[in-house]
Amino acid sequence: MTADIFTEIHEFLLGFMSESATHITELILIAVAYLGIFAILGLFLVWLERRVAGFFQLRLGPNRVGPAGLFQTIADALKLVSKELTGTVKADKQLYKIAPYFVITTALMSMSLIPFSQEIQAFDINIGLFFIISVSSIGVLGVFLAGWASNNKYSLLGGMRTGIQMISYELSIGMSIVTMVVLAGTLQISEIVELQKNGWFIFTGHIPAIIAFMIFMIAGTAESNRTPFDLVEAESELGAGFHTEYSGMRFAYYFLAEFVNMFIIAAIAVVLFFGGWLSPFGITDAIPFAGLFWFGLKVMLVIFIFMWFRWTFPRLRIDQLLTLEWKYLLPINMVNIVFMALMVWLGLTF
Amino acid sequence: MSYFSEIYSGVKSLLTGMSVTGKYFFVNLFTRKDVITQQYPDNIDTLKMFDRFRGEVIMYHNENNEHKCDACTLCEKACPNGSIEIIGDKKVNPESGKSQRYLVKHIYHLEMCTMCGLCIEACPQDAIIWGQDFHHVQYDRSKLTKVLNKPGSKMMSKSKAK
Repeated sequence: MTADIFTEIHEFLLGFMSESATHITELILIAVAYLGIFAILGLFLVWLERRVAGFFQLRLGPNRVGPAGLFQTIADALKLVSKELTGTVKADKQLYKIAPYFVITTALMSMSLIPFSQEIQAFDINIGLFFIISVSSIGVLGVFLAGWASNNKYSLLGGMRTGIQMISYELSIGMSIVTMVVLAGTLQISEIVELQKNGWFIFTGHIPAIIAFMIFMIAGTAESNRTPFDLVEAESELGAGFHTEYSGMRFAYYFLAEFVNMFIIAAIAVVLFFGGWLSPFGITDAIPFAGLFWFGLKVMLVIFIFMWFRWTFPRLRIDQLLTLEWKYLLPINMVNIVFMALMVWLGLTF
Repeated sequence: MSYFSEIYSGVKSLLTGMSVTGKYFFVNLFTRKDVITQQYPDNIDTLKMFDRFRGEVIMYHNENNEHKCDACTLCEKACPNGSIEIIGDKKVNPESGKSQRYLVKHIYHLEMCTMCGLCIEACPQDAIIWGQDFHHVQYDRSKLTKVLNKPGSKMMSKSKAK
């Protein structure tokens, strides 16, 4: 029953190709599919953000191009594609050109581990969560390189702030994930989801899980450089921060990657706390690909919370940002890990 | 202990903020009740502007096609960019037998006007006031040069104006 389509495609390709050629073709097909998901997801999330922002601010948001303005971001992307790629004369040309691809590639790599449903997960390794965390920290490099290579003081300041912010908050995001790994006992994403068949971790882990979730949401907002932690591109201070000098499609890469990163953070939150693609109480377990619906729904709800943050809270100053991380989140996180370990040891989890 | 009370008050104030914005979001998502966006080209016919909206300068005329302007040119002098030209003349008032200025044409260049309102403040008679018309789209800029006093109108007698 499960993965019928994928075995059919596999057999269809084997029909006229050698085994190794089939393997490579499949890899290319998956890569193209993920690039498609990446683009569509990015465009959809930009639309969603603008629409949600509209409602928060008593406006309507984009509502002219297509039904409910859905094609607005496609029109925007087409405009950006047609734009000239400018750059500064004294920029470090190679780094300047290569920097956006760091961000895009790392976002795509972490996306390959996201379980969209029971059947759809491109890359399921036994150190899944560890892989996501380590790969997404390479993404900092892209932003940092962009700030350095642009040869612009605002870009450089934005890039340096990214370094400070992302390295600090990676600690929190990593430790809140570790808290949940203590409960799950595995790093493999598909296994973590399977373990939640009898109850999502936010319920089975109760108090420490809820604390870990709150810390994860705060650190996740910081990690995807969103308001209230958007010091990287603080418009009032830094022009546009690290992407001041970028134009056209290179700028659009950063823009899309930012939103896809938000999706990845939300997806990890859903996998760790809300049971991934599992339906509530197993009501649609029999239907194939129903997981896709539940996963999408949960991720959209978590993304909505991120947007809610963005349109409610004012931006933090850099010292407040570091105070929050080092004086509040980190100590609470450390105590929380010990608390969770005690709960698991004493069997107080459900 | 202030460490923990700070965390508590911080979380509490953040949640208060989220409840306020959340209320806005859900009310507007489901009812569109408070949405202030005007979808402009679609609702030209129904859109009504509020009273203090500065759409254009108009001259008040009563039902007998009478205005209050005595062509004193104070508005012309007050205008910083020369949007107002007044053509006046003199004639003998039959009641008092004295020579008196009267308005021939109050020419208003809407295309130059910045809506600063200095002319309206300057007017001692309150003859010119703000109009709420916002739809000034024209293909020819000469159509934006307007004569504010209506054809055949004359000045109100002073006693009536008060």
